[in-house]
Amino acid sequence: PDGCTRYTMLTNGGPLFVHVRQGRIVRLTPIELGADDAASWQITARGRVFRPRRLATVASHALAMKSAVYSDQRILYPMKRVDFDPAGERHPANRGKSGYVRISWDEALDMVSQEILRQRRVHGPGAMTITHGSHHQWGNVGYYLSSLLRFGNLVGFTRVAANPDSWEGWYWGAMHHWGQSQRVGIAGNYGTVEDCLQNAELMVFWSSDPESTRGAYSAHEGTQRRQWARELGIEFVHIDPHFNPTAQWLGGRWVPIRPGTDAALAQAIMQVWVAEDLYDKAYVAAHTTGFEAWRAHLMGEDDGCPKTPEWQEAETGVPAKDVRALARLMARKKLYLAAGANGGGFGGAGRGATGAQWARCMVMLMAMRGLGQPGVNMGNLDSGTPLDHEFYFPGYADGGISGELNWNGNAVHNYQKMPHVITVNPVRQLVPKQHFPEAITQGHASGYLWDGLATELQFAPFQYPMPGYSPIHMIYKYGGSWFSTLTESARMEAAYRHESIEFVVNQSIWMEGETQFADLILPACTQFERFDIGEWCSGGGYLPHGFNNVNHRVIALQHQCIEPLGESKSDYEIFSLILQRLGLGAMFTEGCSELDWCKRVFDSSDVAKRISWAEFCKKGYYVVPAEAEGLRPAVQWRWFAEGRPKDIAEAMPLPSQWSGPMGQGLQTPSGQLEFMPETLQRHDPHNPERPVLNRYIPSWEGRRSAVAERFPLQLVATHSRYSFHTNVDGKGGFLEDIEDHRVRIEGHPYWVLRLHPEDAAARGIRHHSLVKVFNDRGAVICAADVSPLMAPGVVKSWESSAQYQPVEVNGERLDVGGSLNVLTSSRPAISGTHSMAPNACMVQVAAWVGEAPHHC
Amino acid sequence: MTANPTWHLIIDVAECNHCHNCVLAAKDELVGNDFPGYSAPHAAHGPGVIRIERTVRGHGHWVDAAHLPRLCQHCANAPCVAAGQGAVRQRPDGIVIFDPVAAKGRRDLVDACPHGAVVWNEAAQLPQTWFFDAHLLDQGQAAPRCVAVCPTQAIQALKVSDADMAQRAQAEGLRRLQPEHGTQGRVFYRHLHRVDRLRLAGSAIANVQGRPECLEGAEVRLVRDGQVLAQTRSNAFGDFAFDDLPPGAGRLSVHLSHPQAGQAVVATALAQTPVVLGDVLLS
Ligand SMILES: Nc1nc2c(c(=O)[nH]1)N[C@H]1C(S)=C(S)[C@@H](COP(=O)(O)OP(=O)(O)OC[C@H]3O[C@@H](n4cnc5c(=O)[nH]c(N)nc54)[C@H](O)[C@@H]3O)O[C@H]1N2
Ligand SMILES: Nc1nc2c(c(=O)[nH]1)N[C@H]1C(S)=C(S)[C@@H](COP(=O)(O)OP(=O)(O)OC[C@H]3O[C@@H](n4cnc5c(=O)[nH]c(N)nc54)[C@H](O)[C@@H]3O)O[C@H]1N2
Ligand code: SF4
Ligand code: SF4
Ligand code: SF4
Ligand SMILES: [Ca+2]
Ligand SMILES: [Ca+2]
Ligand SMILES: [Mo+4]
Repeated sequence: PDGCTRYTMLTNGGPLFVHVRQGRIVRLTPIELGADDAASWQITARGRVFRPRRLATVASHALAMKSAVYSDQRILYPMKRVDFDPAGERHPANRGKSGYVRISWDEALDMVSQEILRQRRVHGPGAMTITHGSHHQWGNVGYYLSSLLRFGNLVGFTRVAANPDSWEGWYWGAMHHWGQSQRVGIAGNYGTVEDCLQNAELMVFWSSDPESTRGAYSAHEGTQRRQWARELGIEFVHIDPHFNPTAQWLGGRWVPIRPGTDAALAQAIMQVWVAEDLYDKAYVAAHTTGFEAWRAHLMGEDDGCPKTPEWQEAETGVPAKDVRALARLMARKKLYLAAGANGGGFGGAGRGATGAQWARCMVMLMAMRGLGQPGVNMGNLDSGTPLDHEFYFPGYADGGISGELNWNGNAVHNYQKMPHVITVNPVRQLVPKQHFPEAITQGHASGYLWDGLATELQFAPFQYPMPGYSPIHMIYKYGGSWFSTLTESARMEAAYRHESIEFVVNQSIWMEGETQFADLILPACTQFERFDIGEWCSGGGYLPHGFNNVNHRVIALQHQCIEPLGESKSDYEIFSLILQRLGLGAMFTEGCSELDWCKRVFDSSDVAKRISWAEFCKKGYYVVPAEAEGLRPAVQWRWFAEGRPKDIAEAMPLPSQWSGPMGQGLQTPSGQLEFMPETLQRHDPHNPERPVLNRYIPSWEGRRSAVAERFPLQLVATHSRYSFHTNVDGKGGFLEDIEDHRVRIEGHPYWVLRLHPEDAAARGIRHHSLVKVFNDRGAVICAADVSPLMAPGVVKSWESSAQYQPVEVNGERLDVGGSLNVLTSSRPAISGTHSMAPNACMVQVAAWVGEAPHHC
Repeated sequence: MTANPTWHLIIDVAECNHCHNCVLAAKDELVGNDFPGYSAPHAAHGPGVIRIERTVRGHGHWVDAAHLPRLCQHCANAPCVAAGQGAVRQRPDGIVIFDPVAAKGRRDLVDACPHGAVVWNEAAQLPQTWFFDAHLLDQGQAAPRCVAVCPTQAIQALKVSDADMAQRAQAEGLRRLQPEHGTQGRVFYRHLHRVDRLRLAGSAIANVQGRPECLEGAEVRLVRDGQVLAQTRSNAFGDFAFDDLPPGAGRLSVHLSHPQAGQAVVATALAQTPVVLGDVLLS
């Protein structure tokens, strides 16, 4: 109406209309569905009818994106480090110190393509590694699992083997009790919204803050459903060291707990159930194995120590009487256990030394309650809507244009429907992500596989370097998040400056964290400046049917809304220009522009059966009609509880992974919920850190550790509510002015650290004053948020600041950017795994006196 | 007061989960955009024209937090309009607009507002407010942007007469911020007691077989001068709370009784801060 053209966009935080005038984004608004969009589902529960809003909700990081697009931290042209000379002295030790000069695209592209060839000639395959973040701007074409992977395969690269960061605890622990390997050890959520609203009486949120983590990609779609639950009188409990935003708003009983001690609380709950005869004996008898040993452990028959509420009190800080009350309530009411962001997985409690103990307990708790019976399940109402699960549109991990057949869902999804040139990376060498710095600085590292195809794959160790391949001499870095998302992250400085690293190229949209350590910087553009296509909240891959978080399936053409800023180019175009110089241009593009690829994806999907490409482009989006009432997905686990063949839509486990006839029982060797997991018994029976019997083992970095004398506060750095990890944080954007995210002090937006008034008073710390958070690994300056919303003795911040800004004050190195992971340990959570445990971290906090350190 | 319909907001404080979407929508709309006649581009940084204020009451598991969205109240009796002498006008639909030209340099208008709703734009030398997205309403949009982006539907915009609104406020317990200023704002808050009234909370416990247990179902009465002000029952954790209590209520006593566990009486006083009684043992 005001002269704007309205485009459509999908983001990590929901769909958007993008209003553009004269080549500039004027505003971003949520997509409000019209009468011509498909009707919504409705749920009848306890005599009431619930219908979702006719609108696609948005998250803060989506609404703030305009400020990221027009950030003054955008990289607008290619740049070379001033003292880097590819033909002469390269000065690797100066990375992160020396400045940059502008160069032309031709120079930049020549430099990177020649270096790729030189590395191959001089060192051989594997010399180049590609490292990137886990989250990308939305879309199936431009995604890293799509274009970047296609590029990587065509040139060959050493793959960074990621640890299952989102799924820690579940992958290494819970999976052994219930299978679920293709979901990385967590539950699916089919049919749970309806079941929860109709049947549940109590929801226990355990390390779960869905108003902050928002189903990862589904914005606030679950918010209204939790309002319905509240209206229906479902009771709520929140077990978290933080009275988190969900708890603050939804209401219910807060059970403040010390981080990393959850397994003790969970065992005490189960002990009460046994002692007071409150568990579902018939279910345990029919659907589980190994209970007798577990029961004996709870009652202390094996070790003389009954796991009573009194026993756990010294660990958790939760009074014994509250534990008994909680245990009885959980037994008396039909229980939805909401563990982590997914409801049946994730959770900051899983990303600590005791994460696997906790996740294992979550499954065992539900085994004792009768998982899958009406109203007895896992979920936090963020997923499991009654949508059409058969209508096909690929998720971002389903292959895209990659041509890759192993490291995403292409072989089973996209490739089948959209044949494209297959690409293969012949380099089998892997470098473990959490030990990447040591791989460079010490020349070797080892890890364990994250591969969800089968339960057993996680036991396979791998070594870097791999015989036959070159160690890494070149880093192709995409984005720059690791200083704030990798554990003990200042290690990356030494890695970047190591003499063995001859070349670092960073393809980045903004100047952030790691970008400043590159020799050559290639300016990529944002998703508003190129074409893509996608479905909201559809991850695919390990998140099959992830779209069932949202109330309406929205599939959209992600228009190019504006021209790329400055000389920036889309990632796809950058790759194709490099590959042209290597004679691989046509192999990469197949003659297709990004828009052509969008059309190919469209044609391969079921949307093409409903509307024409022209209509789709014009309207911008398509809403998939909700499932007809009689055809709605069956409830997760119900089939198992009722002893029927599996009847939910996920095609897992793989045929050979059923121990019994296909479709019957779980993926575990017994086909049952196993209290004493056979896969651990078989393959890792004597691991003291992951015993077959899931005993409580205090954290290796916790209140009982020796370091606690000097560093008495427990730090949890969890997922940031307002940004999506580093995405849309900092960079002069709007989020800098949300005092719950950053607090501006003397002009600098400091990252926030939450602490209890007693802990603050003991240290002379005032609300919104500067504090130094430190331990032997480093120091970070934050702004204090003092309130009783934190449990005493615990401080909470967020991982994933986009900024890493080390300064030196009186000989001490301090980060004023907010990268709390400078302080966390890089030790795996448990031996025999490749995992991260950042929430096992002891620190001290001190008031910062004098001038704000960012001036230094 | 006018008889014609004017724009009002109803904001439910209890429903605000401080997602900040309303704050960001205002930034998205107003920063970097020029709407002649309505507003000049707002500053990218500093507090925006919508802000969220946190109120925390109590401590431990008795804690309670609420969030109050603060913005221009579009007062019927607006001191800023009076002080503006032409630089600020109120439209027939009730929307108060700071003229982006005439208000230039008028720093005094920041102080003219008793609700702290005016932001000073240093670079543009302009006092600026949240003007109800009047430019969008004038183009036919049904509501200001904060309504659609709010995930909890805590914000509702409605165009009704002041009389109808007053009636509704009366019936539903909606209140204005700082009514003592008499500005007759057109923004009404639901559950405002979460911000400006007191809460008293505690937990009932009993000794059962020599150990403390949470006591469910205890009868809890709040008494002043022998008169029962309110009554409730403890829940499964023994927890109970009284809310919406006036500051300065003075001496009170809390009487707890349970058929098996016995009784307890706790004397307390309500001054200006919320009260946490903690664990109360019945015997
Ligand atoms: N302490 C602590 N640490 C943690 C966690 C925790 O709970 N606590 N959680 C862990 C978990 S679960 C996760 S998932 C990780 C996330 O950690 P990361 O995956 O490292 O973080 P992201 O912010 O997702 O990284 C995305 C990067 O990609 C870049 N990028 C995005 N889109 C594009 C694009 O289109 N083109 C280009 N060229 N670049 C792009 C961004 O600029 C950014 O640098 O953090 C982990 N780290
Ligand atoms: N806005 C936003 N949303 C996101 C993300 C984001 O970066 N920003 N990231 C997405 C990604 S990749 C993931 S993996 C998920 C992560 O989702 P989760 O893993 O569920 O998120 P966390 O924030 O790590 O933890 C959730 C809660 O656990 C609490 N907690 C921490 N340690 C403990 C503990 O030891 N015990 C107990 N009981 N509670 C504890 C924290 O205080 C927090 O409230 O979120 C996704 N959603
Ligand atoms: S030409 Fe290509 S798509 Fe057709 S059958 Fe052969 S491989 Fe399959
Ligand atoms: S959008 Fe709604 S819930 Fe979010 S901060 Fe504003 S009023 Fe509160
Ligand atoms: S809130 Fe302040 S700025 Fe807004 S109309 Fe009232 S007096 Fe004027
Ligand atoms: Ca169907
Ligand atoms: Ca889902
Ligand atoms: Mo994650």
